[in-house]
Amino acid sequence: MIRPALYLGALALLILAPFVLYPVFLMKVLCFALFACAFNLILGYGGLLSFGHAAFFGGAAYVCGHALEVWGLPTPVGILLATLAAGVLGVLVGALAIRRQGIYFAMITLALAQMCYFFFITAPFTGGENGLQGVPRGSLFGLVNLQNDLNMYYFVLAIFLIGYFIVARTVHSPFGQVLRAIRDNEPRAVSLGYDVDRYKLLAFVLSAALAGLAGATKTVVFQLASLTDAHWHMSGEVVLMTLLGGLGTIPGPAIGAALIVTLQNKLATGPLSAWVPVVLGVIFVACVIAFRRGVVGEIQAFLRRSF
Amino acid sequence: MFADIFGFPPQVLFGQLLLGLINGAFYAVLSLGLAVIFGLLNIVNFAHGALYMLGAFVAYFLLTYGGIGYWGALILAPIIVGAFGALIERFLLRRLSGVDHLYGLLLTFGLALILEGTFVKFFGASGKPYPTPAGLQGGVNLGFMFLPWYRGWVVVASLVVCLATWLLFERTKIGAYLRAGTENPKLLQAFGVNVPFLTTLAYGFGVGLAAFAGVLAAPITQVGPLMGSNLIIIVFAVVVIGGMGSIVGAVVTGLAMGVIEGLTKVFWPEASATVIFFVMAIVLVLRPAGLFGKTA
Amino acid sequence: MKVLARLAAGVSAAACLAAAAHAQDVSDGVVKVGILTDMSGTYSDLAGPGAVTAAEMAVADFGGKVLGMPIEIVSADHQNKADIAANTAREWGDNEKVDAFAELVTTSTALAVYEIANQQHKIALVSGAASSPLTNDKCIPTGVHYTYNTTALANGTAKAVVAEGGDTWFFITADYAFGQALEADTTKVVEAAGGQVLGSVKHPFPNQDFSSFVLQAQASGAKVIGLANAGADTTNAIKAAKEFGLIQGGQQIAALLMFITDVNALGLDTAQGIQLTTGFYWDMNDETRAWSQKFFDKTGKMPTMVQAGVYSSLMHYFQAIEAAGTDETDAVMAKMREMPINDFFATNGKIRTDGRMVHDMYLVQVKTPEESKGPWDYYKIIRTIPGDEAYGTLDESTCPTK
Repeated sequence: MIRPALYLGALALLILAPFVLYPVFLMKVLCFALFACAFNLILGYGGLLSFGHAAFFGGAAYVCGHALEVWGLPTPVGILLATLAAGVLGVLVGALAIRRQGIYFAMITLALAQMCYFFFITAPFTGGENGLQGVPRGSLFGLVNLQNDLNMYYFVLAIFLIGYFIVARTVHSPFGQVLRAIRDNEPRAVSLGYDVDRYKLLAFVLSAALAGLAGATKTVVFQLASLTDAHWHMSGEVVLMTLLGGLGTIPGPAIGAALIVTLQNKLATGPLSAWVPVVLGVIFVACVIAFRRGVVGEIQAFLRRSF
Repeated sequence: MFADIFGFPPQVLFGQLLLGLINGAFYAVLSLGLAVIFGLLNIVNFAHGALYMLGAFVAYFLLTYGGIGYWGALILAPIIVGAFGALIERFLLRRLSGVDHLYGLLLTFGLALILEGTFVKFFGASGKPYPTPAGLQGGVNLGFMFLPWYRGWVVVASLVVCLATWLLFERTKIGAYLRAGTENPKLLQAFGVNVPFLTTLAYGFGVGLAAFAGVLAAPITQVGPLMGSNLIIIVFAVVVIGGMGSIVGAVVTGLAMGVIEGLTKVFWPEASATVIFFVMAIVLVLRPAGLFGKTA
Repeated sequence: MKVLARLAAGVSAAACLAAAAHAQDVSDGVVKVGILTDMSGTYSDLAGPGAVTAAEMAVADFGGKVLGMPIEIVSADHQNKADIAANTAREWGDNEKVDAFAELVTTSTALAVYEIANQQHKIALVSGAASSPLTNDKCIPTGVHYTYNTTALANGTAKAVVAEGGDTWFFITADYAFGQALEADTTKVVEAAGGQVLGSVKHPFPNQDFSSFVLQAQASGAKVIGLANAGADTTNAIKAAKEFGLIQGGQQIAALLMFITDVNALGLDTAQGIQLTTGFYWDMNDETRAWSQKFFDKTGKMPTMVQAGVYSSLMHYFQAIEAAGTDETDAVMAKMREMPINDFFATNGKIRTDGRMVHDMYLVQVKTPEESKGPWDYYKIIRTIPGDEAYGTLDESTCPTK
């Protein structure tokens, strides 16, 4: 009973939020929330720590920016194309990375993402260090002008909800159950006859594609795509968001993303601006040492204890 | 004089090979440290690059505030940073025993952010100069290239340290304990060996190796807060290529990757930043456990 | 009830914002300048906190008020990232009533802020970024490129070096837009002066060990090795060149972009003899010394040209507001172009319609340790390059709105 009410309340808040808070900031939160939810699919439910998700986020950002700015494609088509591209990249990276597990998986994804990063620096279509700037926001099929921040906000909200819904559906599907079985005990899943690698790869690709959706949407919001989105710090940030919000909980990563983005925004203009990486590092250490369930995980545990 | 080789003057080709060997020496010492730590703690030390940077900074502090020069720093900095590492192990990493090893990676990642961020805050990102030690300035003309003495010294010193580490592990009692701890820590504990202490020692030692590399690098690059941040990812790739099983594997792979990178700088400079990752991808397809790795 | 009230306020505020984007109001009661700079990264020494101090000094020296309205400074760290710069600028413009953006080191962040400034019709005073496209293809009507650019650096350093007989060049170039712009601008100058470019090698950004690139430069046999990079990349390249005996071998280094903080980081031992072009040096005359001493007292460092440029550009901006009697963008821009700039930074400086602030540049040589009388006594001024020679003429600009 409580759960649907919570979700409806959250939805109402999201719909009303741009009238109180700065819409561009909210859109940033939503993009990162989607990114973190996508990431959680592979870490929280697949048990695979990818340290290279920035490649999908940033790669899709570039594809989307290029599609809108140079090819002049309509905005939704550009976003879809970029999502697809991230999925394809996910197949390539995933096929290599799932050959190893655990720590090796993390290092391999990190290294491959770094390779993508260097590729983005030198490739002509990314604009190198300058990035792609002045990407047009365009409109929704000529009907809704996305240049307007409010219109854009509801467009982003819709994308976020679709992505969130896909993640939630996947987790609760039979596919998601097999995925968790593999996470908890891979040999048993193998002996039950599941093609473990195929499940892992599928989850990885889905996660990559959704991360790409988030990256492409961010490009449209901010009208630029840059190396920041593809740098390994971004991969680290999304790990932190997921960890802080609550690994393996569906709303957790979104909440973690909101917390981190808000924190970065607050710190960026204050006297603490030079301390942002240090603050993130401290949160990281604190989460790992004392707070491994994350915000949502702790709340759930509290509720379970109390009721 | 010399004929061109593949259209490149030998000066360039041999020069780059030699430089590759020098870079490879850094990869070797760093991946060796990672391998030692991984052996006993089963974690990948993401803070390795930051501790390498810390080694260089300690050398810089010793020189600026203590008047202790390069040679003193080469001994002292690894000890100081190693002790710092031992504290990290004792008070942070040890709390993670029993949880997934991935948390160790995440914890050290957070530590790397803290260390690098703090040094950027206090020393700026562009770095501080560190002079080449007086005895190693200048160089020798080898005919095909000009070899600075210091670069030659880096290769020699790295190889000596790698050899010493190997001897320590293979030929001494403490090395035998360390290897036994890698295989079966519980059994070793049952024999009355203080395994937690051994673990702290191993982390301190691995970190000390990183600091040693940092001091070696200080006169070559600037002493900068971010000097280790991209390097560590390359070293990760080196470790994946070699497999983290063996000391010899770490050293050989490190040197080999340095040479391959050096060659790429001659034939296709733009790809020199990515070639090691590319090699890693090929190795993963052909031999997922790594060149020297036992199958996981 | 309270929520509803806030909601209503929010809606009307959003409507106001939308309206404000079209019709700039005369004034909102405050003149606010947003300093976007690199507070902690590679360029924080040459711009960063020092640039913010320079901006605060400008406000204080102007009396803290213009046309009776208070002047405020806000600052933020863009971490050399275009997206952070654009987001911050956008938010400042939308929510913080910022009237002008200033400093803007690195080309990528400057271009990002240019987009926002153009959309929001606000003034951008670029001091730290270098690329000449800012006043050519990428120019905006409300942008001012104040302190220096790649064209001036090329004209200053390359011309002099070729004239002294350095007629064959090899470039070590940072592989991104700024490095490429600098290499292209310098190539033009070298070839126009009768020199020849033998080749170039592009290095990843940022890069630590330049030995392999230095070796290729050595093998090229060129008399001059042009460094088309900046900051730590430049200092690392110079160290490597010295280590591998390029200079003893008779080759010469031309650092195309170097700041006094880079010289300070390298030390005179390594940096001595290097020729470079700068828009400002603290030890030129009584005026520069007086201002720089004030700056030194606050920061413990002598100012770079970027930091001095921030001060000068803001003073000029405030004076233009006073002369125009409003802080409305077009009126202020018109006054800024109309009024010549005469202060410790520039003599008879003038802002052209493509946004270029044309002022004299200086070709300097780094002193030897023996010549230097102490900390920060680093440069000998070899030649004053007249502004028109350094920056070229307005006819040569490819800015579409000039």
